[in-house]
Amino acid sequence: MTGSGIFNQVMFWLFAVMAVAPGFGILLAKDIVRQAFWLLLSLVGFAGLYLHLGADFLGFIQVLVYIGGILILFLFGVMLTYRMDVPLKEVKGWGLVFPGIIAGILTASALLYVASRTPWNAAAKATAPTVSAVGSRVMSTFILPFEVISMVLLVALIGATYIARRKEDKGRSEE
Amino acid sequence: MASIPLFLSAAFHSCWLAQAPALETSKSSPNGLEALLQRLVHSYPAEGTWWGAIAAMLIACLAVFAFLNLFALFAVWLERKVSAHMQCRLGPMEVGPHGVLQTIADGIKLTVKEDIIPRVADKVLFIVAPIIVFTGTFIRFAPLPFGDYLVASDLNLGLFYIAAVGSVEVLGVIMAGWSSNNKWSLFGTIRTATQMVSYEIPIGIAFVTVAVSAGTLSTMQIVEQQSGWFWHWFVFRNPFLMVLSIIYLIASLAECKRSPFDLPEAESELVSGFHTEYTGIRFALFFLSEYAAMYLVSGVAVVAFFGGWYLGIPVIDRIGAAPDSSALAFVIGLLIKAHVLIGKAVGLVFVQMWVRWTLPRVRLDQMMSLCLKVLLPISLACLVGSALWDLFMGSLASGKEYSMFFWLE
Repeated sequence: MTGSGIFNQVMFWLFAVMAVAPGFGILLAKDIVRQAFWLLLSLVGFAGLYLHLGADFLGFIQVLVYIGGILILFLFGVMLTYRMDVPLKEVKGWGLVFPGIIAGILTASALLYVASRTPWNAAAKATAPTVSAVGSRVMSTFILPFEVISMVLLVALIGATYIARRKEDKGRSEE
Repeated sequence: MASIPLFLSAAFHSCWLAQAPALETSKSSPNGLEALLQRLVHSYPAEGTWWGAIAAMLIACLAVFAFLNLFALFAVWLERKVSAHMQCRLGPMEVGPHGVLQTIADGIKLTVKEDIIPRVADKVLFIVAPIIVFTGTFIRFAPLPFGDYLVASDLNLGLFYIAAVGSVEVLGVIMAGWSSNNKWSLFGTIRTATQMVSYEIPIGIAFVTVAVSAGTLSTMQIVEQQSGWFWHWFVFRNPFLMVLSIIYLIASLAECKRSPFDLPEAESELVSGFHTEYTGIRFALFFLSEYAAMYLVSGVAVVAFFGGWYLGIPVIDRIGAAPDSSALAFVIGLLIKAHVLIGKAVGLVFVQMWVRWTLPRVRLDQMMSLCLKVLLPISLACLVGSALWDLFMGSLASGKEYSMFFWLE
């Protein structure tokens, strides 16, 4: 194995462990904010895996959207509604262990089934920059889905503004 | 003594994270420092080697780290001098001539200060937060050139990478403010996150417009397209890009929490915002990343709008540029270009200081409405305008370069 091959292997396992291992942290952490920061580690690991596969644009989009958008939004929600000195509600006893095991086995077997049936095409690692290819495909082949998605997002945005604004007005009239 | 592992781990994480994307997307031809090695040592293989790539990136990481420390030493002194002279004072005068060594003395004082962790703080997050903030700032330097060839990694997504990875720093700030368990810290955190997330939008649109004009996102290629006379710089390319460069400068002030947008650490309101509880070396890491961010946004402005390492006078820019020029001429040209780029960036850092000591702080609602009601619509209009300009004026000027000053040539 060449030096770069070993290096690729090391990088892959590093990112793979980084993507999966924080899951335990998310499950076991008592504090919801700590869970969010475990999620950060996991998301960075996934971004690294995308980069490893040569999908550089997708990897950085992962960072921008999931870390820069969704995770920050999540933490915002927590901070504005949650008090630090109140821990998560702890589930006492063994009542949920049995259903948990069943759910875990079912999910795992479903995932394994899908994974075994998927025809995995080991495509050659992309060496060319992907962003221009992604851009031209989005603007030509996939222009209709792209426009539909942007309309859906616009509707969601207007709806959110409407709901927030209505509450504010009501509060004002009650005063 | 707890400060030493802290610094080491910060450096380690930053090195690793800065090179990981670069190595993963490494292309068939080398770039950055490896290309420099290729240019100087003719026996080096043309397609590059994996150990050469790793060595080049390690060296680049250490060099950028050293540069940031030196720059912070200089910039803190400059900030104090600029503020002093604007207020008709002398500023630091005691340590060294005109107080140039004052920052070193202050730095030593910071490192030996007691390291306090509040009893009710979330200890792990409290310790990790400054490392994440510093790492988040430091990894953004990967695609930022310091001169021709002098770049840690010439990503073909350079500008996009800088915009995307910036969000890691916001998370570090949230972590710091939350784990401090202090209401002023939390207010500062919420303000910081709001401000940085909002002002990312006009900055992103400015980047997109530059990418539309340049046809690439790679920082090196963007600079390469601004060669020649200084009216080839993107800031003079068309009126829309000129407006966008000003929008970028305003938004970048907010992005690195500088006055007049220093609400996150407004001293008269919030003690000092998200880092209220931090002392000693941990505070120093926040401080270092603030000054690093000042250089970063200025460096990006220089690369995207102000011609990068080109002085704008072809006679000087052409020194050592020919492929058959001697090694001596090449190195001289390299040094000139590095000095031009860093000089321009430091000039913009001076503008940031100038603004800080001139303008009063804006209010929170003014800050938000400036971003969403003024900068955002104007920048969107400029994006469309600039694209149309390139579409129509490009054919009018009949050439590859279609600056609005094309009639000068």
